[in-house]
Amino acid sequence: MGITAVAFYLFALVSVVSGLMVVISRNPVHSVLWLVLAFFSSAGLFVLLGAEFVAMLLVIVYMGAVAVLFLFVVMMLDVDFAELRGQLAQYLPLGLLIGVILLMELGLVFSQWSFAPGHVAARAAVTPEGVTNTAALGQLIYTRYIYLFQASGLILLVAMIGAIVLTMRHRTNIKRQDILEQIYRDPAASMDLKDVKPGQGL
Amino acid sequence: MIGLEHYLIVAAFLFVIGIFGIFLNRKNVIVILMSIELMLLAVNINFVAFSSFLGDLAGQVFTLFILTVAAAEAAIGLAILVVFFRTRGTIAVDDANVMKG
Repeated sequence: MGITAVAFYLFALVSVVSGLMVVISRNPVHSVLWLVLAFFSSAGLFVLLGAEFVAMLLVIVYMGAVAVLFLFVVMMLDVDFAELRGQLAQYLPLGLLIGVILLMELGLVFSQWSFAPGHVAARAAVTPEGVTNTAALGQLIYTRYIYLFQASGLILLVAMIGAIVLTMRHRTNIKRQDILEQIYRDPAASMDLKDVKPGQGL
Repeated sequence: MIGLEHYLIVAAFLFVIGIFGIFLNRKNVIVILMSIELMLLAVNINFVAFSSFLGDLAGQVFTLFILTVAAAEAAIGLAILVVFFRTRGTIAVDDANVMKG
């Protein structure tokens, strides 16, 4: 068994087991950390497949941004997670049943599956020889898939604006600086001269 | 020798685990979102495996787009979750009945 096979079985086992731990772990913080491990080992699988760019993207975008976002939200919300998991056993048989059925169906597909004749000729973008994965992907993204690439950028922009609009709120019970109001203040409106008699006070 | 089928089997297991997670954590929205991320990861593994074994880079390009959409989905989903928690004080799915759906 070569080093590639050992690495594949290691990464595959780790990703499947950590995926399972995401689902069954009691504490959502642990779930997020297991999710990070699952993404990391999947990135290892991608490296084994020769897709370095997607692997690094997975590490940077998913482990660096999305998982940390999950972690922030889990830690920010003050939720009694034990109460949410109360009826775990109630849904376990149904979930197991559907999972096993799906796995069996996928196994049926795998057992009777083969490439269509002429699949080599039907390739959309043949991997060029002698070019690194990142360079080849860049040549493809910035030429043939440029509109889709721009559209994905637009999706990210819309998501960013949407997230900000959704979570921003103006509280009414705190003091806030209003520059315009400060500029337009004049002594007549803000000062009040009182004639205080000696020894009496106001 | 590690073939295409090995990767497809790993992806199938991850996908089924994701669906299992949705059923198991029916009340906890955060874990449901994480299960969806797992399922998208399984799809990505399928895409990259086919792309690598067939010598077709289009699969990796579409993996890129899936990653983009998944990141946007996670951001929006978590933002909705935070707003929901502010108004209702809980994140249980059963309590999401304001719209009487």
